[in-house]
Amino acid sequence: MENRGLNKVDLIFEKVDLKDILSNAFKMKNSDIIQKVLDSGLKGRGGAGFPTGLKWKYTAAVKEPEKYIVCNADEGEPGTFKDREILDRVAYKVYGGMAIAGKAIGAKNGIVYLRGEYRYLLPKLLKELESFQRLIKGIGYDFKIRYYLGSGAYICGEESALFESIEGGRGEPRNKPPFPTTSGVFNKPTSINNVETLVTAIMIIKYGPESYSQLGTKDSRGSKVFSVSGDTPTPGIFELELGMSVQQFVDEFGDGDTKAVQVGGASGFCVPRKKFQDTVIGFEGVPTGGSMKLFNSSRSMYNVLHNYLDFFAEESCGQCTPCRVGCQQLLKGVEKVKKREVKSTYLNELMKLADTMKVASKCGLGQSVGNAFRTIVENFREEIIY
Amino acid sequence: MISLSINNQRVMVQPGTTVLQAARKLNINIPTLCNHPDLCVAGNCRVCVVEQTGARTLIAACAMPAAEGMDIHTNTLKVRNARKHIVELLLAEHRSDCTKCYKNQKCELQALANEFAFGDTIFYDLVEDHPYTIDASSSAFIKDDSKCIRCQRCVRTCAELQHISAIAVAHKGMHQKISSFHDRPMSHVVCTNCGQCVVRCPTGALVEKTAIDQVWDAIYESDNHVVVQTAPAVRVALGEDLGYDPGERVTGKMVTALRQLGFDSVLDTDFSADLTIMEEGTELLTRLKKALVDGDKKISFPMFTSCSPGWIKFIEHKYPEFLPNVSTCKSPQQMFGALAKTYYAQKKRIDPAKIVSVSVMPCTAKKYEADRPEMRASGYKDVDYVLTTRELAVMIKQAGIDFRNLEPTHHDSIMGESTGAAIIFGATGGVMEAALRTAYEIVTGREVPFKNLNITPVRGMDGVKEAAIKIEGCKEEWKFLEGVTLKVAIAHGLANANKILKQVRKGKSPYHFVEIMACPGGCLGGGGQPIPTSLEIRIKRMKAIYAEDEHMQFRKSHENPEIITIYKEFLGQPNSHVSHELLHTHYVERENY
Repeated sequence: MENRGLNKVDLIFEKVDLKDILSNAFKMKNSDIIQKVLDSGLKGRGGAGFPTGLKWKYTAAVKEPEKYIVCNADEGEPGTFKDREILDRVAYKVYGGMAIAGKAIGAKNGIVYLRGEYRYLLPKLLKELESFQRLIKGIGYDFKIRYYLGSGAYICGEESALFESIEGGRGEPRNKPPFPTTSGVFNKPTSINNVETLVTAIMIIKYGPESYSQLGTKDSRGSKVFSVSGDTPTPGIFELELGMSVQQFVDEFGDGDTKAVQVGGASGFCVPRKKFQDTVIGFEGVPTGGSMKLFNSSRSMYNVLHNYLDFFAEESCGQCTPCRVGCQQLLKGVEKVKKREVKSTYLNELMKLADTMKVASKCGLGQSVGNAFRTIVENFREEIIY
Repeated sequence: MISLSINNQRVMVQPGTTVLQAARKLNINIPTLCNHPDLCVAGNCRVCVVEQTGARTLIAACAMPAAEGMDIHTNTLKVRNARKHIVELLLAEHRSDCTKCYKNQKCELQALANEFAFGDTIFYDLVEDHPYTIDASSSAFIKDDSKCIRCQRCVRTCAELQHISAIAVAHKGMHQKISSFHDRPMSHVVCTNCGQCVVRCPTGALVEKTAIDQVWDAIYESDNHVVVQTAPAVRVALGEDLGYDPGERVTGKMVTALRQLGFDSVLDTDFSADLTIMEEGTELLTRLKKALVDGDKKISFPMFTSCSPGWIKFIEHKYPEFLPNVSTCKSPQQMFGALAKTYYAQKKRIDPAKIVSVSVMPCTAKKYEADRPEMRASGYKDVDYVLTTRELAVMIKQAGIDFRNLEPTHHDSIMGESTGAAIIFGATGGVMEAALRTAYEIVTGREVPFKNLNITPVRGMDGVKEAAIKIEGCKEEWKFLEGVTLKVAIAHGLANANKILKQVRKGKSPYHFVEIMACPGGCLGGGGQPIPTSLEIRIKRMKAIYAEDEHMQFRKSHENPEIITIYKEFLGQPNSHVSHELLHTHYVERENY
């Protein structure tokens, strides 16, 4: 497996001359912008990892005068806090990314869906938005951005639930197809991208896809902002080249006693110490939207799992059966195992349930509950039982 | 056309067809639960998941559009395992007291459990983990949250078909539930009691508030004189709950069965439907006269019909400013009730205190209507108990009656005579057609200018229908209507009513007279009718209603001999003082939440 080692990068927070980048970008053909992003190999930085260029290409291909570019700033994955930092420090780059994406797909309107808990950032963000709007007006380009605020539901980070929320409905995921590229917010073609993805796109336009794709591995091009938390002496935000092993990551950020790393938050995967060496952080190994949580040997993995399941039982939208009832069964199930009210083999039954949730749930939330469950139970079974 | 393969059989379908519909074309049964033919796709129960070759996850057949070259398998191990899990998960949050449940053996979840989840389950019962409410505050139905499986059929019904959203989804995750505004009791929210949610609930979470036991008690009390009235739409649907196909007319057998159940007199709501036409037709003509001749500015049009208690509660909540436009006529059920304990009691020389008045209705809102404080004109509760079509079927089964082999008989007299005009009250447009048959003849002395009296423009299942009739050759006393084109409209389902009302609110309604029924298809699609319902079933019931009309000796309300008699002997004229006391009512402005 390709291993690039641990390398710090400074792209996302690098100060740039936005006017310069945008002036150049607005002179480019839409298809050229999309091609550059395609060539860069950029995959969505929210966690799901859909190729950004492809998303833009599909949305651009739909013939419809009204389209939207939505910036998903509903950062809700437990242990992720990088979008907050990006918005706080380089919001102008986010807006720039939206304008370029808007140009590429043919959208005149952008929407930022901001996590409700980040409301305190809003005055500052709006002020920066004002100068941004002045800037592109100066360039002679027409693109408007407005804000919608979330109200605290984790599920509203799921793209179609987010659209529902913007439209004033309950935050419930929609049936797909149709996909957002043909029918997104207000049932119009929509490209919805993570905060970091949009900033990355700006840097790809600035430096060119060739230079960007030098970073990272074949399956995981470029760099990524990581939110490091848990048992670490150096918690915080770090931009790193993709393609390092968990071991290299732990060597840098661990406290010397790391027994597991939860990669990708509650919906991600638990990597135990014995697999640190052979697991690459990236789409070929363990993908992440940025959340990296380290656990040392003082932590009970039962408590970690219980916490995640409790979270999901609460944060499922409740719409579909496997997720709504499945989460409760997993939660209750591990409690019963812990209390010795059922045999430990009950965990095998729960594993099958997690499989059902993975294949039968309506959206990514229910489909990924099984990730943490399976990887924690498989690797720390004794901690769940005893 | 799209070509796909399901269980290795090739099928061609139109674009937009779902995998579920494509499978049905091949007679491959995919189980469903949240899916309902009258409602938008939800795709939330996941019972219909199937395997698509090459797809990462299973797909919900109800929500997935068929695509070229799809290779679908509906019965793989993966599908079976998931489906069993899903049904078991649904059962885990459902209070399964099946043998005691009103919906026992009529429950869709039970049927699925029987197929996929028999034997022990590995899952924990979650019912007692969360507080739940059994809300019996409504006169019409009971909402039992402990039996709710969150399929949201009721929510979609209330929002899409009725534009009300008295019930909606509240909270999320494990706390998610179907709730009313601020969890208020159903009796204290905008609910119209139409029962469309009850008809579509797959479990026992929404059921009518039954009066079966009270009616049996009344029958067994020998001092009582128990009269029963049967609504027009019951006779074309009752059979469905007794083993017949939809669209079978069982009028005569129904009357015999009611007699065998022990009712002292089996009478017909058709009689009071005809009476409604006389009163409401006269009211319309009077309003037209006041507006056109007297120049009374207070009279505004359109005038709305008032037969449907769901519709009445809708306008009371949502558009109270137009209550003066609603006909003051009581519904046929309540006219009948008021007369049963006055006119009927006098004629039969029975103490009205001893009369128990029961009605069989296709409707749950009628239960509420009978409980309204305004409905005691006789000095007693005018209608004591309301049974739905479904409850009557239950009573017939309880009594061990061999319905199929019953000899048909005729309703008793008095107040048992019917006309075709009254029968068609059961279908959307029927009240309008009956009113026009009579009003046109009153004004012109001639029959309505439609072949066989069939006013076809007002018939059918279009959501909003309209018609215009030019009035020519008026009799002397109606000369002011000469040359007037009477414009009418018909809406069924409150979503369609809402369209008309919005137009009225904008001041852009061109109509003189509008018929509104709360339920899709009119009473034949009522909340008390046999389950299941679909457009196809409602059309069959509608055809049966018009067939019944064609076979009647009298087809115009004013020709009903018993109607002629009651005006001669008891009421005097339509809209007389006595009529107003017994047959007319007033409405109440209600809050909109």
